[in-house]
Amino acid sequence: MNRRSLVSITDYTKEDILRIISLTEKFDQNPNRRLLEGKVCATLFFEPSTRTRLSFETAINRLGGRVIGFTDAATTSSSKGETLKDTIMMVGNYTDIIIMRHHLEGAARYASEVSRVPIINAGDGANQHPTQTMLDIYSIHKTQKGLENLTITLVGDLKYGRTVHSLIIGMSHFNPTFHFVAPEELKLPDTYKTFCDEHGIEYHEHTDFSQEVINQSDILYMTRVQRERFTDLMEYEKVKNVYILKNDMLEDSKKNLRILHPLPRVNEIQQDVDANPKAYYFEQAKNGMFARQAIICDSLNINVD
Amino acid sequence: MKSGKNGKLLVAALCNGTVIDHIPSDQVFKVVSLLNLDRLDTPITIGNNLESKKMGTKGIIKIDNKYFEEDQINKIALVAPKVVLNIIKNYDVTEKKTVTLPQTIVGIVKCNNPKCITNNEPMSTHFELVDRENVVLSCRYCNLKIEKEDITLL
Repeated sequence: MNRRSLVSITDYTKEDILRIISLTEKFDQNPNRRLLEGKVCATLFFEPSTRTRLSFETAINRLGGRVIGFTDAATTSSSKGETLKDTIMMVGNYTDIIIMRHHLEGAARYASEVSRVPIINAGDGANQHPTQTMLDIYSIHKTQKGLENLTITLVGDLKYGRTVHSLIIGMSHFNPTFHFVAPEELKLPDTYKTFCDEHGIEYHEHTDFSQEVINQSDILYMTRVQRERFTDLMEYEKVKNVYILKNDMLEDSKKNLRILHPLPRVNEIQQDVDANPKAYYFEQAKNGMFARQAIICDSLNINVD
Repeated sequence: MKSGKNGKLLVAALCNGTVIDHIPSDQVFKVVSLLNLDRLDTPITIGNNLESKKMGTKGIIKIDNKYFEEDQINKIALVAPKVVLNIIKNYDVTEKKTVTLPQTIVGIVKCNNPKCITNNEPMSTHFELVDRENVVLSCRYCNLKIEKEDITLL
């Protein structure tokens, strides 16, 4: 068992989250530091994810570390039937830290139990993607100058969106008010509503994506409503244009409002929003690199000045 | 305390061992399998569909010369939470025990998520009991919550 692994955002306490934020700030100011000199990091992508992999590998490269790994399990011995445990044991022999993405849920938790080096979960199926959550929380912190008492509106696919679920958990330490805006078929699962109730978190559910909700918000977190999520395609046709953000909807929004999106987007944020200073999703993605630098250094117990 | 009063029970009383009573009739063989009774070589009597005032019908298992460790016997709370264990020593019931579901359940319950790592690697499943009253388990790996009626044993 390796205590420095990051498998789920629930592994982090409030203090952990705040520590990672202050580390991320340092890398945001200067991402080029030779802190991983002489270290070898593995990026094991059993399932391809170019965006996440490039973010991690850039993070490591800017810290002077070396990267080994693969981008697709088809070229590795797991396609010959090697167990995940064996792959992790081998790679743990070679490297100082393992960053892994896997299509099976719980893969990273299991890897962290068998590995002698820290595991960073870069996504395990529909389950967890904690570095995404940390970059989301950092982006909120940076744009709102803090995390406490914010009104956060989450829009789109709240049923399957793991980034949404993890963000609810990660932000639960900071007394947020949530607005959940989703079509009936993609409503937030009850477990997360129960979680909010248990933690005394105020929330409101809406099926309408109205200006009234937007105008109260400090953060508007957009996600994609995917066609394949619907059992009833008629239902999809009805709602597909309801959860689209257009620039004119932002007219009376709060000055400090920022729009986040885990990316990639399709049409749920119209192109004309990009020029609005409240659009923050590209900077958000950039923050991901800083957050990953912070998480890697924290896992390896490296001191950052 | 000797059994066999009124000639109702057709099996001999235990001298030493354990009697597991008040097993729901449809769970008797799951209890057998959970306790690996098929691997014991001591005499075992299994009765099922016996009349019960409390339950309608019930099952009962008598195991000669066998006492169970608590963590071993507690597993059966998953399928038979209301069983009564009679510990027999020298024909006397020296102790009556009930079972309580352990907080963590390892290697017994199958995860119902086909995409869970536990269904794809040679490894033990691991569940936390998140709601004792309603018996809700949560998979340590994929976080799936499994309610009582959906529990499948491995």
